[in-house]
Amino acid sequence: MDIILVWTLIIVGLSFALYIGIAIWARAGSTSEFYVAGGSVPPLANGMATAADWMSAASFISMAGLIAFMGRDGSVYLMGWTGGYVLLALLLAPYLRKFGKFTVPDFVGDRYYSSTARLVAVVCAVFISFVYVAGQMRGVGIVFSRFLNVEIEIGVVIGMVIVFFYAVFGGMKGITYTQVAQYCVLIFAYLVPAIFISLLLTGNILPQVGFGSTLLGSDQSVLERLDGLSTEFGFDAYTSGALARIDVFFITFALMVGTAGLPHVIVRFFTVPKVRDARKSALYALVFIVLLYATAPAIAAFARVNLFETINNVQYEEVPDWFKTWENTGLVQFDDKNNDGIIQYRADPAVNELRIDQDIIVLANPEIANLPAWVIGLVAAGGVAAALSTAAGLLLVISTSVAHDLVKRTLSPSMSDKKELMIARISAGFAVIIAGYFGINPPGFVAQTVAFAFGLAAASFFPAIMLGIFYKRMNKEGAIAGMIAGIAITTAYIVYFTFIRTDLNSVEHWFMGISPQGFGTVGMIVNFVVAIIVSKFTAPPPEEIQRLVENIRIPRELKEGE
Amino acid sequence: MEHKDLAKAYWKKNLTYVGILLFIWFMASFGAGVLFVDYLDQFMIGGFPLGFWFAQQGSMYVFVVIIAIYMVVMNKLDKEFGFDEE
Repeated sequence: MDIILVWTLIIVGLSFALYIGIAIWARAGSTSEFYVAGGSVPPLANGMATAADWMSAASFISMAGLIAFMGRDGSVYLMGWTGGYVLLALLLAPYLRKFGKFTVPDFVGDRYYSSTARLVAVVCAVFISFVYVAGQMRGVGIVFSRFLNVEIEIGVVIGMVIVFFYAVFGGMKGITYTQVAQYCVLIFAYLVPAIFISLLLTGNILPQVGFGSTLLGSDQSVLERLDGLSTEFGFDAYTSGALARIDVFFITFALMVGTAGLPHVIVRFFTVPKVRDARKSALYALVFIVLLYATAPAIAAFARVNLFETINNVQYEEVPDWFKTWENTGLVQFDDKNNDGIIQYRADPAVNELRIDQDIIVLANPEIANLPAWVIGLVAAGGVAAALSTAAGLLLVISTSVAHDLVKRTLSPSMSDKKELMIARISAGFAVIIAGYFGINPPGFVAQTVAFAFGLAAASFFPAIMLGIFYKRMNKEGAIAGMIAGIAITTAYIVYFTFIRTDLNSVEHWFMGISPQGFGTVGMIVNFVVAIIVSKFTAPPPEEIQRLVENIRIPRELKEGE
Repeated sequence: MEHKDLAKAYWKKNLTYVGILLFIWFMASFGAGVLFVDYLDQFMIGGFPLGFWFAQQGSMYVFVVIIAIYMVVMNKLDKEFGFDEE
């Protein structure tokens, strides 16, 4: 066995042993522990868990590569997937903590005193989570297959077994503490190669600063060199944007609001003891997330420079070793169109001879920079950690929605705690199996459906929850009408362009030049407008609901005589 | 003051803070990173065109600072009104 494989096996194996150990230590004994870890997670731990929950296989493996090929436009992901935490921290998290129940449908159902509203919320939560989790299971399989030379299917099954362990036995409590460990693994795995490469190229130890610094042995900065190389070979300058401004605006907004509306993120704020802890853990979470997100564009810029300088216009016989290794996986492909034996990397598809998958940027990073073998093993463990932690968080939302919101709150309110816990465990087990099935047989449209999940979260939950807190007069008629209108228009638009008439999916046919990815923003606006208009023409919510709203707005009620 | 008026005054102050902070949130991301990005690119900061820096770095740092400020001012406000949790 070669040394890279040995290191990968050791590091991934150790990380798995750690996760299982935590799962055994943190078994859940009650529904409260299973759903929200007993509401006793310290803010620092919750911040790390939220960050791991949030950062998926896509953030870890694909994002830097996306940015490397999008240049400045990659900012839609950077701003979109971090800015939502400002909305969460300022508009939702503290109040939902004060509300103090278990789930998002709990809030929607109680605040709008309606089982219809609860049902709409349950369907959205389950749909959004399943769409997301299929991609995560696939991600686990891909990481395994690339680093350990096993079939993707076997990788998915190994991932299922691990998640099954701590999600089914530990519930939220088990998930939270494994996520803390997974965050440490993944951030270490992300930063180490980035720091090495920054030192190598610029002598600056901070990659976030380094990608603006001067390249060693030249008088050009990284970005100047990149702009020069890009335009020389026909690409747009790296620091300029190609997407229309309105689309950048709407996509960023949809991702932000979608982030704030994703049930597996929101539910993390139910797990801390107090309102002030909710604020604090939102801060920790964003700090931990930005640590990775601010490094991603640096990795992107360094990797793109490396690509131009080590592969472009080079004899195929003389390419570095990593190129040949990754060629076997199909992630890089060289097609010698003019038969000169030299790799030409160009923007013009007629003469371009190099096809590069975005995932290569992170996966091959350590090899491109000639880093030691253990770093490569570390990146593998980091990728698996990112995928597993997100998958577990999503599976929990699914099992909670079924056991708590559907069975307990809607069908059989008199059920005992013990029985509810058992149903929660069984539905978590089923969810793992269904997610694994989709991981092994992925529907062909995973990429499009992720945009769909964000769009739906933006168009349904965010307005419903925000109005529920900030607009006391909002009633069930308004909220339900708003959610249904927002979901309907977003679904119609996305389904039309990405499934039915894919031939029309281009800027001249889009409404106001807004791509399906950015349409969640329109859905959100529609939801707000419809909800407010309908509520004006219908009866105000009952007295006790208005009191509920007054209560969640303050962290603590004063006692008599205080 | 009555509990109800106290809660009202607290909520009003909260809304002011949130309004100001969301304005900064909007200007740092959609302002500097999207709408005015090309204009800002004529200035340089640490080797980065300024607009590009906001789009890929600065906006995220501003987000962190916004939540930190929110946490501090709200904890202070809770104490001021006696709504803080022990």
